[in-house]
Amino acid sequence: MSEAPRVALFVTCLVDLFRPSVGFAAVKLMQDAGCTVEVPEAQTCCGQPAYNSGDRKDTIAIAKQVIAAFEGYDHVVAPSGSCAGMIMKHYPELLADDPDWASRATDLAGRTHELVSFLTDVLKVENVAAAFEGTVTYHDSCSGLRELGIHGQPRQLLDGVEGLHLRELEDANVCCGFGGTFCVKYPDISNRMVSNKTEQIVATGAETLLAGDMGCLMNMAGKLQREGANVRVRHVAEVLAGMTDTPAIGEPSDGSASS
Amino acid sequence: MSGSTTRNFKSNAARELANDTLRAALTKSKGHFTEGRSTAAENLPEFEALRDQSRDIKNHTIEHLDFYLEAYEEKVRESGGHVHWARTAEDARQIVLEICRSVDAKAVNKGKSMISEECEINEMLEANGIRAVETDLGEYIIQLRGEKPSHIIAPAVHLTKGQVEESFRANHTHLDPDRVLEEPPTLLDEARTILRKKYFEAEVGMTGANLLIAETGSSVIVTNEGNGDLSQLIPKVHIVLASVEKIVPTLEDAATILRVLARSATGQEFSSYTTLSTGPKREGDTDGPEQYHVILLDNGRTDMIGTEFQEMLRCIRCGACMNHCPVYQSVGGHAYGWVYPGPMGSVLSPGLLGVDEAGHLPNASTFCGRCEEVCPVRIPLPKMMRNWREQEFEKHLSPGAARAGLGLWAFMAKRPKLYQLVTGVQMRLLARLGRAQGRVSSLPLARGWTKYRELPAPEGRTFQSRWKSGERPL
Repeated sequence: MSEAPRVALFVTCLVDLFRPSVGFAAVKLMQDAGCTVEVPEAQTCCGQPAYNSGDRKDTIAIAKQVIAAFEGYDHVVAPSGSCAGMIMKHYPELLADDPDWASRATDLAGRTHELVSFLTDVLKVENVAAAFEGTVTYHDSCSGLRELGIHGQPRQLLDGVEGLHLRELEDANVCCGFGGTFCVKYPDISNRMVSNKTEQIVATGAETLLAGDMGCLMNMAGKLQREGANVRVRHVAEVLAGMTDTPAIGEPSDGSASS
Repeated sequence: MSGSTTRNFKSNAARELANDTLRAALTKSKGHFTEGRSTAAENLPEFEALRDQSRDIKNHTIEHLDFYLEAYEEKVRESGGHVHWARTAEDARQIVLEICRSVDAKAVNKGKSMISEECEINEMLEANGIRAVETDLGEYIIQLRGEKPSHIIAPAVHLTKGQVEESFRANHTHLDPDRVLEEPPTLLDEARTILRKKYFEAEVGMTGANLLIAETGSSVIVTNEGNGDLSQLIPKVHIVLASVEKIVPTLEDAATILRVLARSATGQEFSSYTTLSTGPKREGDTDGPEQYHVILLDNGRTDMIGTEFQEMLRCIRCGACMNHCPVYQSVGGHAYGWVYPGPMGSVLSPGLLGVDEAGHLPNASTFCGRCEEVCPVRIPLPKMMRNWREQEFEKHLSPGAARAGLGLWAFMAKRPKLYQLVTGVQMRLLARLGRAQGRVSSLPLARGWTKYRELPAPEGRTFQSRWKSGERPL
């Protein structure tokens, strides 16, 4: 590419609030691949909490705000399959009948990507310069997997991380039970689902669990820690960016393990 | 509608989650169904194309439902059968009862039928002194136990073989108490021996239909035990009870759908028996019923045509959505509280019972999308569950506290500056609260979360505030 692509980071609400490290890891990965990265100020959330609660009006208002804030960039990238899927698949549907917004929604959808697939599929990154000693396992978050078809991309990049050994998780494609508001609306059911998941995570023997979505990661990390399991949890971007000096999700800053 | 406990979905689910036997039964069946389906799909190169064709056939038929139903009725009449139109479940019950009374029936043999469950035919028959004999093994087992089906194709999937053995010993008291009854084949043999006699006692045989074919006036059932054939061939009256959307135009169309049905359901290429019935016994036929009746049930389905839920009428009742649903696999079918469990039930039940009655069901989904991924007729189940949530929200049926919380959040999310200010303060407080452990074990406003898991503490300042201060990755 002659000029550096101008990329806007859609940081996502959970990364913004709970795990800024993932945002910085995303920026680093894209800068290393030759992008100029900016963070538009007028961003809050993609609107899924409203959308999945049946509140179409607020969802549309938030969608329009996101569309306006992210106009003019070559690409818009989110470190989440769920939020990227919302912009790529659902905004155009939501605004299909609005003559002023339909084409703007489609335009944004066409420029938006989930982080890891953006690196591999658009920027053609084949290898990241990162090292991570240890055995990891990987959970495929539902929206990334089924809405965006993300499966091979994170595995391809993890394969190039020095010292990292990936051990596949049984039922990696089965939901972890997060589901946004689902996990607090139906806590008992969500608990069974995440318990099934942590049982399979522990069975891999991996020391670290990776995934590409903060919601799922917080759910699984929170459960593993409640159970006293000795598994660290990180967003895949942290490992790919080589930014693993920070404590893992839900771990104290002295870095001591939970159990 | 009587018999529905969908309003109690949450407490139903809590009860089922505490049931370890259910968990064992579901764990055992899960891999069988999911691996079976994926192997069957992989082994058929045209499987994805057949899914498209099946979707298109059903779409076309529903667009012209009146035409094909009338064409079907004509063909049934030509073959000497009778067609009855039932607008409601009550209409269907009345028609069944009248037919039974006309031949002074004492017993009705039944093939597996979810429409019969929907219309509560067994209860009606028993109330009128007519014995209903379920002949499908799974249905027979749950009838002995006084239970309802927990799955649309595997009605007793919630039971372990130990529970089945227990029920057989308790009910088949005339058999040797020391007999060995451990493995499924011995259980099947025992049920078969007992049912065999009953086939010859009933005056009426009743089945559902997997498909109705307009071109020929035939009804189609698929079974693995052959019980449907005996139920419909031996008694002098055969009643087919089917809902209107089971119709397809031609035999060729039926063949297309049958190729995805069993593969999606059990992973079989075809069910052991695929049986077409067209009219009563003809002159010269060696066997078959003297009377052939078809009851076509609407019960709210045609009201879905022209709405955002029309695509639900494509459903061919394979059960793949529930076999792949992590919520169904956690709570089992009984938690859903009515005839149709799992994702297809979460869309259909609010359509038939009303969203005020069945509103929990479309909410109890993470939108993981596995149901849509495996649906043989590509029904966008998550999208339609969301449509129900929108109807609920618009009718103000969703809980007040949740609406208030959502309203406050949306107010903030639409005002980025305010949002960043408030969340910035909140996150710093929460980070301070979780500093020692890196997480919070209990938080008043997050009990739904912290009841079962730790809440990872935020790192501190938000990303946006750090970015604005000029912080950049090293």
